Amino acid sequence: MQVEVTVNGQAHVLEVADNTLLVELLRENLGLTGTHVGCDTSQCGACTVHMDGRSVKACTVLAAQAQGAEVVTIEGIGSADALHPMQEAFRDCHALQCGFCTPGMIMSAIDLVSRNPGIDNAGVRAGLEGNICRCTGYHNIVRAVIQAAQNM
Amino acid sequence: MAKEQGIGAAVKRKEDLRFITGSGRYTDDLNQPGQLYAAFLRSPYARADILDIRSEEAEALEGVVAVLTGVQMAEDGLGDLPCGWQVKQKDGSDMVSAPHPPLAVQAVNYVGEPYGIVVADSIATALQAAELVTTEFRELDPIVDLVLATDSERIHADVARNLAYDWELGDAEATDAAMQRAAHVTRIEITNNRLIPNAMEPRAALGIYEAATEEHTLYTTSQNPHLERLVLSAFVQIAPEHKLRVIAPDVGGGFGSKIFIYAEETAVLWAARRVGRPVKWTASRSEAFLADAHGRDHLTTVELGLDAQNNFVALRVSTRANLGAYLSTFGSSVPTYLYGTLMAGQYRTPNIHVEVSGVYTNTSPVDAYRGAGRPEATYVVERVVETAARELGVDPADLRRKNMIPPDAFPYETPVALVYDTGNYEASLDKALALADYVAIAERKAEAAGRGKRRGIGLACYIEACGLAPSKLAIALGAGVGLYESGEIRVNPTGNVTVFTGSHSHGQGHETTFAQVVADRLGVEFDAVEVVHGDTGRVEFGLGTYGSRSIAVGGSALCRAADKIIAKGSRIAAHMLEAELEDIDFADGQFQVRDSNRSLSLGEVAFASYVPADYPEDLEPGLSEKAFYDPENFTYPAGTHIAEVEVDVDTGVVELVSFIAVDDFGHVINPMIVEGQVHGGVVQGVGQALLEHGIYDDQGQLQTGSYMDYCMPRADDVPDLVVDATVTPCPHNPLGVKGCGEAGAIGAPAAVINAVVDALGTNDISMPATPEKVWRALQG
Ligand code: FES
Ligand code: FES
Repeated sequence: MQVEVTVNGQAHVLEVADNTLLVELLRENLGLTGTHVGCDTSQCGACTVHMDGRSVKACTVLAAQAQGAEVVTIEGIGSADALHPMQEAFRDCHALQCGFCTPGMIMSAIDLVSRNPGIDNAGVRAGLEGNICRCTGYHNIVRAVIQAAQNM
Repeated sequence: MAKEQGIGAAVKRKEDLRFITGSGRYTDDLNQPGQLYAAFLRSPYARADILDIRSEEAEALEGVVAVLTGVQMAEDGLGDLPCGWQVKQKDGSDMVSAPHPPLAVQAVNYVGEPYGIVVADSIATALQAAELVTTEFRELDPIVDLVLATDSERIHADVARNLAYDWELGDAEATDAAMQRAAHVTRIEITNNRLIPNAMEPRAALGIYEAATEEHTLYTTSQNPHLERLVLSAFVQIAPEHKLRVIAPDVGGGFGSKIFIYAEETAVLWAARRVGRPVKWTASRSEAFLADAHGRDHLTTVELGLDAQNNFVALRVSTRANLGAYLSTFGSSVPTYLYGTLMAGQYRTPNIHVEVSGVYTNTSPVDAYRGAGRPEATYVVERVVETAARELGVDPADLRRKNMIPPDAFPYETPVALVYDTGNYEASLDKALALADYVAIAERKAEAAGRGKRRGIGLACYIEACGLAPSKLAIALGAGVGLYESGEIRVNPTGNVTVFTGSHSHGQGHETTFAQVVADRLGVEFDAVEVVHGDTGRVEFGLGTYGSRSIAVGGSALCRAADKIIAKGSRIAAHMLEAELEDIDFADGQFQVRDSNRSLSLGEVAFASYVPADYPEDLEPGLSEKAFYDPENFTYPAGTHIAEVEVDVDTGVVELVSFIAVDDFGHVINPMIVEGQVHGGVVQGVGQALLEHGIYDDQGQLQTGSYMDYCMPRADDVPDLVVDATVTPCPHNPLGVKGCGEAGAIGAPAAVINAVVDALGTNDISMPATPEKVWRALQG
C-alpha cells in the first residue's frame, strides 16, 4: 500500500506492506533510527513520536494510520546547534545515561509540558509513567522536564 | 587545561549531544548491503528431547535463505559456550559444568532455549518461517523448584543431584563453636528474588563475513567486546582471533546482562558465514525476557550469634543458588566469590562460614546482574542484623555502629578472604542518619498513623568489593582470564589526544570521565581529548565494563599511560631545551626547565616527536604509550542507605517516601555522573524490593515474560533521591577511586525491606513486597 506522510516537515510517498508499523516506516524506510524499539507490548515508550501534535507510541500505530499525518521525531525537534529546550535540559541535568530511552522520553516530555505548563514534580512523574528508563532512576529526568518547562 | 573540566568537576557529557538528537548508533541502527535477518527457533518446553526438526515448508517460503540447527553448527565444529570461572568444591574437586552448545542439539532445558536459526530477506519472513518449522519434542518433567531440584531427576546426564557445586568459605568449626557460645542467636530464612535485567536496548547482533579475506565482523550489544572475541575464538572456535573483529557501538544499558557470551550472537556470525551474506538479529523484548541471563534467585538460611554485650561473634550462612539450566559465562562465580567474600559486611564479626550449593534447574541461566552477589550478601547481612536488633530491643543503628570495623583498623583482614584497604563506616552512617533526621522518626510515624499510614525506616550499611580484579588472586580462585585493563594514549602530531580504553561504556559516560582524567593528567583541554572504546579493531585489548571496575582499573591504566607520555615527553623536551632530564618538570601541559622560563608545551613536544629533526639520538619517534594496569587489591566502596516508607493499611501499597544514600567511593572524577549512577542503582534496588520478580510456574513457563507482568520501576514509583558522600581515598590506585556503578543496587533492597519490616512490625515479608504480600502480612 501507499502511504503519504509528512515527517519532520518533509513530505513522503512510501510503498509499504499493509502491516507495517509507523516505527518501522520511520526506522527502516526513512532511516530515522533515533526512534527506538524497547518492547513489544506498547509499554516502554522508547518509540514515542508526535503525530499531528500529540505524542503516540510509534510501535502501536500502523503506517496506514499515519496517512496524511504530520509526524515529528527526535530528529525533527532541534539540531546539534539549535537544541530544543527539552534536549538542552536533558543534557544539562544529566537526564540520560545509555541514551536508549532518551528520544522517546524527550518526545513524551515535550508533549506533556506543552499540555501542562507549570507542571510540578508529581505531575511529571505521573505524566511520564508510560516511558521506562532503566538507567537514571528518573530523578534527573524529572529535574530536566521541570527545568525545560520553565524555558518552553 | 581549564580546571573546571578536570578531575572532580561536574562536566557535561560528551556523549549526550548524539543521544538527545537521535543520532546515537546502536547495533540495530546499523545495516549492511545485502543484509539478511534472523529469527530463532526456541524451545516451548522447559525440558524436552528434540526428536525431529522438519524445515522443508519453512525453506520453501519465498525469501527464506536458510534454516540452520544445532546439528549443523556441531558439524561445523563450533564448540560449547564455556563458563569462565572454575569453582572448587568443598572436597577440592572441580565444579560440574554441563555441556552448553550454543544451539541445542539433542535436548532443550529451558523455555526459550534456541535450537535453530532461520535466515530470510526480511524480519517478517524469518519469523513466519520459524513458525512453519515443525519440531517433534519428547516432553520431560521439568525441574523448576530450587529446593526439590537436588532430589529430582538429572537435567544433565553428568550432573548428579543437579548440583554444579557445593562450595564453602570460612572456618566452619570455629563458627559453629562461637555460635554455640553465643548469648543470642538470630536466625532467618531469606529469599532473594529472581530478577530479569531489562536493559532498555534489547540484545542485537549483525554478523558479516568476507570470504576473500576470511574476516569475520560482529557488531553486537556487548559490555566487553574483547572478551567476546576471545571466547568466540578460543572456545567456540568460530574464527581465529586475528580474523575476528567485535564491535560494540553505542550500547543501551547492560547491568551485567551484556557481559555474557550468548548463543544468539554466536549463531548470527556463524550463519553469516554459512550463507555468505550479512545477517542481523535484534531481540524482541519477549525474547529478552526468556533468553537474557537472569539475576539473583537465592534461598538462604542465616544465623547471627551475639555475645551478652551485643557483639557479633559468629555468622553462619547456607545458600542455595539457582544457576538455571546451564552455567552462563560468570554464573558460577556470582554466588560464590562475589557473594561469600562479602559476608563480613562492615562488621568485625570474627567467625564466619558460608556454604553455597549451585543448582541447575530448567530455567534461564542466571548470572551477574548489577551488583552480582554483593546485593545478595548485603541483603543477608543487613536483614539478619536488623532482625537481631529488633529481637534484642536495641536501636538498629546503634547495634550496627557497635559492631563496625573502626577507621583505625585498616587494612582489615576479614574471615572470608578479603583485606579491606580503607574505610570509615561510622562517618557515612552518621551522615546518613543526620540527613534522614533519624532521631525524629517517632514523630513522623505518629503523624503518618494519624493519616492511617504505617511509616517505617530501614538502614543498610553495605560494603562491596569492586575494581575487579587482581589477576593473580582471581585466577587462583578459578577465573579463566586476567582482570587487568589496558589503556593507550596517543598524542597526535597537532597536540590533541586520542585515548583508547579496554573498558566499555554503555551509559556510564566514559567518553567524558576518561577524557577528564587524561586532560587533567596531561594538562590539555578536555575538548582536545577523544575516547575510543568498544572495538577490537581499534583498541588493543580489554576486559570490559562490569563490577564497578572501569575507573578503578581502566582509569588507572590510563594514568599509567599518561605517566609514560610525560616520561618520554620529558626526554624530548630536555633534548630540545638543552637541559638535563632531571631538571625537567611537567605541569599544566608544559615541560619546563626548573627555575627557568624555558618551557615547551605538550603539543610542541608531540610535534617534534613526529617531525624528529631536533630529537634525541636514541629515542623512537612518536608520542603514543600503552599501559596495562593490574590492581593490587579490590576496591571497597561502602556506605549507608536509609529508606523511609509508608504502608497503606487498607491496600498494602508501600510508598517509598524518601531514600538517602551516603556512599564512600573514594575520589570522584565527575560527581554529576556518580550521582546519576547512584540514582539508577538505587531505583533498580527499589525495583527488586518492591516490584520485580521473575516467576516460573511448575511447568517451567515464565509467568513474567513482558512489561505487562514483570513490574519495572516507573517514574511515579519513586521519589526524588538524596545522594551524598564521604571520602576515604583508595590507597592503592593512582586516582584514589573505588567505583560507583553498583552501590545503589546493593544497598537499596535491604534498606527498603528493613523499612517495610519496621512499618509492619513483622519480619515475615519477602521481596518483592507487593501490595498483596503486605496486605496479607497486615492481616496477621
Ligand atoms: S517500543 Fe513502543 S512502547 Fe515499547
Ligand atoms: S538512559 Fe538508559 S534507559 Fe534511560
